[in-house]
Amino acid sequence: MLSDTEVEYIAKLARITINDAEKEKLKKDLSAILDYIEKLNKADTSSVEPLYQTTGLVNATRIDEPRGEFPMNDKLEGLLIGQAPARKERFVKVKSILNKK
Amino acid sequence: MLEKNHTIKSAREALKRRDFSVEELFNHYHQRIVEKNKDLNAYLTVFENCLPTGDLPKGEKLKTENSKSPLWGIPVAIKDNMLIEGTRTTAGSKILENYISAYDATVIKKLRSAGAVFLGKTNLDEFAMGSSTENSAYGPTKNPLDTSRIPGGSSGGSAAAVAGDLAVFALGSDTGGSIRQPASMCGIVGLKPTYGRVSRHGLIAMASSFDQIGPLTKTVEDSAIVLNVLCGHDIFDSTTVNNAVPDFTAALNDSIKGLTIGVPKEFFGTGLSPEVEERIKTTITKLKDLGCKIKEISLPNFEYALAAYYVAVPSEISANLARFDGVRYGYSAKDGENLIDTYFKSRTEGLGAEPKRRIMLGAYALSSGYYDAYYLKAQKVRALIKKDFDEAFKDVDVIVGPTAPNTAFKIGEKASDPLALYLEDVYTVPVNLAGLPAISIPCGLGTESKMPVGFQIIAKPFDEATLLRVAHQLEQALK
Repeated sequence: MLSDTEVEYIAKLARITINDAEKEKLKKDLSAILDYIEKLNKADTSSVEPLYQTTGLVNATRIDEPRGEFPMNDKLEGLLIGQAPARKERFVKVKSILNKK
Repeated sequence: MLEKNHTIKSAREALKRRDFSVEELFNHYHQRIVEKNKDLNAYLTVFENCLPTGDLPKGEKLKTENSKSPLWGIPVAIKDNMLIEGTRTTAGSKILENYISAYDATVIKKLRSAGAVFLGKTNLDEFAMGSSTENSAYGPTKNPLDTSRIPGGSSGGSAAAVAGDLAVFALGSDTGGSIRQPASMCGIVGLKPTYGRVSRHGLIAMASSFDQIGPLTKTVEDSAIVLNVLCGHDIFDSTTVNNAVPDFTAALNDSIKGLTIGVPKEFFGTGLSPEVEERIKTTITKLKDLGCKIKEISLPNFEYALAAYYVAVPSEISANLARFDGVRYGYSAKDGENLIDTYFKSRTEGLGAEPKRRIMLGAYALSSGYYDAYYLKAQKVRALIKKDFDEAFKDVDVIVGPTAPNTAFKIGEKASDPLALYLEDVYTVPVNLAGLPAISIPCGLGTESKMPVGFQIIAKPFDEATLLRVAHQLEQALK
């Protein structure tokens, strides 16, 4: 069973705030899932290379030149920048990282 | 003329005969949605007009009903995690409640060029995480065959729309069974193409080394018709391969006599309901009647597949969903004191329970000190699963078994136990781990639940032609 501290730590990593009721539920749910996942330890993987994807494609590169498929215009700018909660002209406005004294 | 339950093929033929116009066909389906959607909650957004965002393919008019395209004028439903320019895409989440798509997904562009018309966007488990469509922030979708039951998930809205004849066909996405399992629950055909076949550009990412888009249709032939349109290399998705794309409808009617069908003995262990087992075994005898050789095979690492999946997928989710931070788009908490507080509040208020659970699980699996034990171990087991399939395919042409261990269960029945719900994916996730193509076709009703049972067929990578041929021949034999 995960401890309170562990669940709080994981929530912090995930940038999620949890209340006490959620903490209890998550402790139970995550522990059950982790217990189930434990069975992986029974699989002998001593001489196995990990498989991260299945196509076998490696380094899909292209010439570093603009392709021009998404020409910027007022409409696209509106859809991309226009959906930000805070803006200044053509820029997304972001809250301060450090608190003001 | 506009009789119930058109397939792509029957609708195309009727359009060519001028039995009805494209507009009449669209309006017929639109009207059905208006009438039935309040009972099913299959659609989250319903488009009022035949072409919501305008542009017809160059040089063509919608009234030209003799176009050679097999999808010309065909009304389609789109899972609400694919972008259609200028329209809302929610991914079933509150965090994207007001999000307007900035561009067309590649699959949407392809359908648009082929002349398909969009009916609306369908409900799904939040960010496609779930097997019942109960995890949607917009309420559960109901199974059209029995509205007290789930339609499966996560493409439950798309499956319900097709099964309830609120669309001629639909698109879904499949990360661990999200096309095949709802197709199974609703008694329709669901195809997950090989990983790398279809571009995911404009699909809201869940687990990028697994996600694949595919069709939900009423027949196998329709599935082949749609796949023909969807697949191909895309410069916007570098995981798409440059393989030759055959005409998947060409060989559907060829005999499957002499093919070897693999039946993994591990598929018939504990957890498989007797009524599903009975239908699957009966269906395998049909394949024998069609002249196939039936061969028992073994996938020795099958028992580890679900565990590996539920490490690898949440890990990718925790990375992919980091972008929902309340800064550029989507829900943003107004009262954040600073940047990190905005992240916390926007995610806490905007995301539902299942995405939070999986993000946390993934963050844990990837965290310092646990990476080797969870993430790396799961990727090694993934290699074992792939190897099991590679070995099996040396002796067999396709592998068959159940799509899901149970038929559609009651809404709410498994809602409180995430692990019980995860176990519903046990037969579908190994296919995604190995990147293989697979299809679910209906093979009759369970004797107890009287709900549809899905028969899953799995093929070698990029061998959708054989997959669809076996499925089509079996579908005809089951009629």
